[in-house]
Amino acid sequence: MPRVEKKKTAAKLGKTPTGIHGLDEITGGGLPQGRPTLICGGAGSGKTMLAMTFLEYGARKCNEPGVFFSFEETEKELETNFASLGYNLTDLIEHKKIIVDFVFVEKSEIEETGEYDLEGLFIRLGTAIDEIGAKRVVLDTVEALFAGLSDTGILRAELRRLFRWLKARGVTTVITGERGDGTLTRQGMEEYVSDCVILLDHRIADDLATRRLRIIKYRGSSHGNNEYPFNVDETGISLLPLSSMGLTYEAGIERVSSGIQELDQMLSGKGYYRGSSILVTGMAGTGKSSVGAQFVNAGCSRGERCLYFATEESPSQIVRNMRSIGIDLERWIKKGLLEFVAARANMRSLEEHLLVLQRTADAFKPSLVVVDAITDFSTMGTGLAVKWMTTRMVDFFKSRGITTIFNSLVTGAYVEDSGVGVSSTMDVWMHLVNVPSDLERNRIMYIIKSRGMAHSNQVREFLITNEGVKLMEVYTGPSGALLGSARLAQGAAEKRAALDRKQEMEVNQKELFRKRSVLEAQIANLRAELEAREEEAKRIAGHETEREREIARDVKEMAVKRHMGGGRAAK
Amino acid sequence: MVKSKKKSETTRKFEKATKQVRLEKYVLKLYITGMTPRSRVAIRNLQKICEEHLKGSYELEVIDIYQQPTLAKGEQIIAVPTLIKKLPEPVRRLIGDMSATDRVLLGLDLKPKK
Repeated sequence: MPRVEKKKTAAKLGKTPTGIHGLDEITGGGLPQGRPTLICGGAGSGKTMLAMTFLEYGARKCNEPGVFFSFEETEKELETNFASLGYNLTDLIEHKKIIVDFVFVEKSEIEETGEYDLEGLFIRLGTAIDEIGAKRVVLDTVEALFAGLSDTGILRAELRRLFRWLKARGVTTVITGERGDGTLTRQGMEEYVSDCVILLDHRIADDLATRRLRIIKYRGSSHGNNEYPFNVDETGISLLPLSSMGLTYEAGIERVSSGIQELDQMLSGKGYYRGSSILVTGMAGTGKSSVGAQFVNAGCSRGERCLYFATEESPSQIVRNMRSIGIDLERWIKKGLLEFVAARANMRSLEEHLLVLQRTADAFKPSLVVVDAITDFSTMGTGLAVKWMTTRMVDFFKSRGITTIFNSLVTGAYVEDSGVGVSSTMDVWMHLVNVPSDLERNRIMYIIKSRGMAHSNQVREFLITNEGVKLMEVYTGPSGALLGSARLAQGAAEKRAALDRKQEMEVNQKELFRKRSVLEAQIANLRAELEAREEEAKRIAGHETEREREIARDVKEMAVKRHMGGGRAAK
Repeated sequence: MVKSKKKSETTRKFEKATKQVRLEKYVLKLYITGMTPRSRVAIRNLQKICEEHLKGSYELEVIDIYQQPTLAKGEQIIAVPTLIKKLPEPVRRLIGDMSATDRVLLGLDLKPKK
């Protein structure tokens, strides 16, 4: 029977899923089927947990019964410990899905009197495997044998035989090993188990504990090479692989209003793309939270679910503060459209934060999320870790089509820095600045980028009124850009100047009118004179014809008179 | 003076007690895996020691765990051969082929620890 199994795996390496979110993704399906895998790490790094999860998942979900050989904890202890993780081992044991065997080796009770082998262990293992038809085996921690038995030569030879034997039986085995000084395991188990080696690490940096997992080796399979953070909580182990999200999300063309009319106008008139990631940077008190609240308010008004992840203020404080600018968030909470997740950044590790966020989001199914503020996490780990976490958040929300606003506190007014170095993963980046001028501080905002749309290049004055956020056109006149009361003063000055100009014009017009009147009078005089002259000329001309006529008449009369003598006769 | 007198009395009591223990019956169980050469060596060595030191006051049972595999779990057998001294108390485990006689005697409380 083992041979049949072996042939099967020889054709193509099968994978045995562990049920650990993330681990199955980076291994391309799970642990090598029918082969031993070594899980090593320091004390408390989660080896037993990982091993038990693998076994429990197989028994409960994959119909693959499992045998757990514990060298450190008794059956009862294991049952109790894992009950707190929600694993009902007692039930699985009763139903012959899992066998737990506590192997007790106590050096002080053992006298070594000559040569021996570990056939007893083989028989116990073999009996257990046969009893329930086990497909999975865990040996936790087999190295404990070295503490109980002193002949390391025999032990090494026997362990080598054990792993060969397990392989031949075709069971997928997880062997745990305590990390040694400079070696992966104290007894160099990695030399025997060469198919797959996974290293767990639990390190403390700046008082913060982070767990990391790395696949050192996976024979016959490609695998993720990075160190992946993982988390252990009441729901078990979760790995957070960055690569598992990938850049495969859909990019829609649907738009969603920012809740600020003028901002929508700046974003080619329609607001953000739905499912995009929006970064809002700014110094303290520039109004980042207000942008988030306005967005949430608009979303809830449309009947969409919103999730507000707050790390700086308590929900009630946010509600109170937003009410002061005319945004009533409380009604949305009551309607069940708005949910807050409030936690100080240092309350949990980065991974836990991410998981809480993911779990809440998966349960609440929001369409909008506000993270206020991501910069708080920068105290939680190295810059790279924070960057990775934010990238994971971005990918997570994007993969679910959730539009997300990330607020980020930056220091320095014009430094275009996202605070945690994630601007490249963001689709929209808005920057808010407080500008001091004339004993005032005024807020301005501008869009640094907005992927996939023609956005405004304008710098706008950002006003927080008691009716929410408004964006004003910034006055840019001959004396430079003006804000706040300077802008108002400039406006008044302009009005005054306009009035002055108007008055001047009126004066000018009067003068013109007067001049025109004078000129028109002069024109009238001249015309009158001209007419008079013409009259005179006509009159003279009239006199002339009259005289000529008179002359002609006189001539006639004279001629008549002359003819009176002779003329009468002629007549 | 008083102190040393008390001490010697305690020693006498202890020696008396050990003599009584020696008279107690030994219950020994030897777990082996089939009749391998090593099993045979272990049985032979053990029988010799018992005959020499516990003649008439011991009971030795040889168990093949291939035949009774469930006993391996119940008796916490890992290494083979394993000899369990059930009685007298305390229970002790001896592993190996019983060739180191000194260690066997030590394990059976037949020789005081140095």
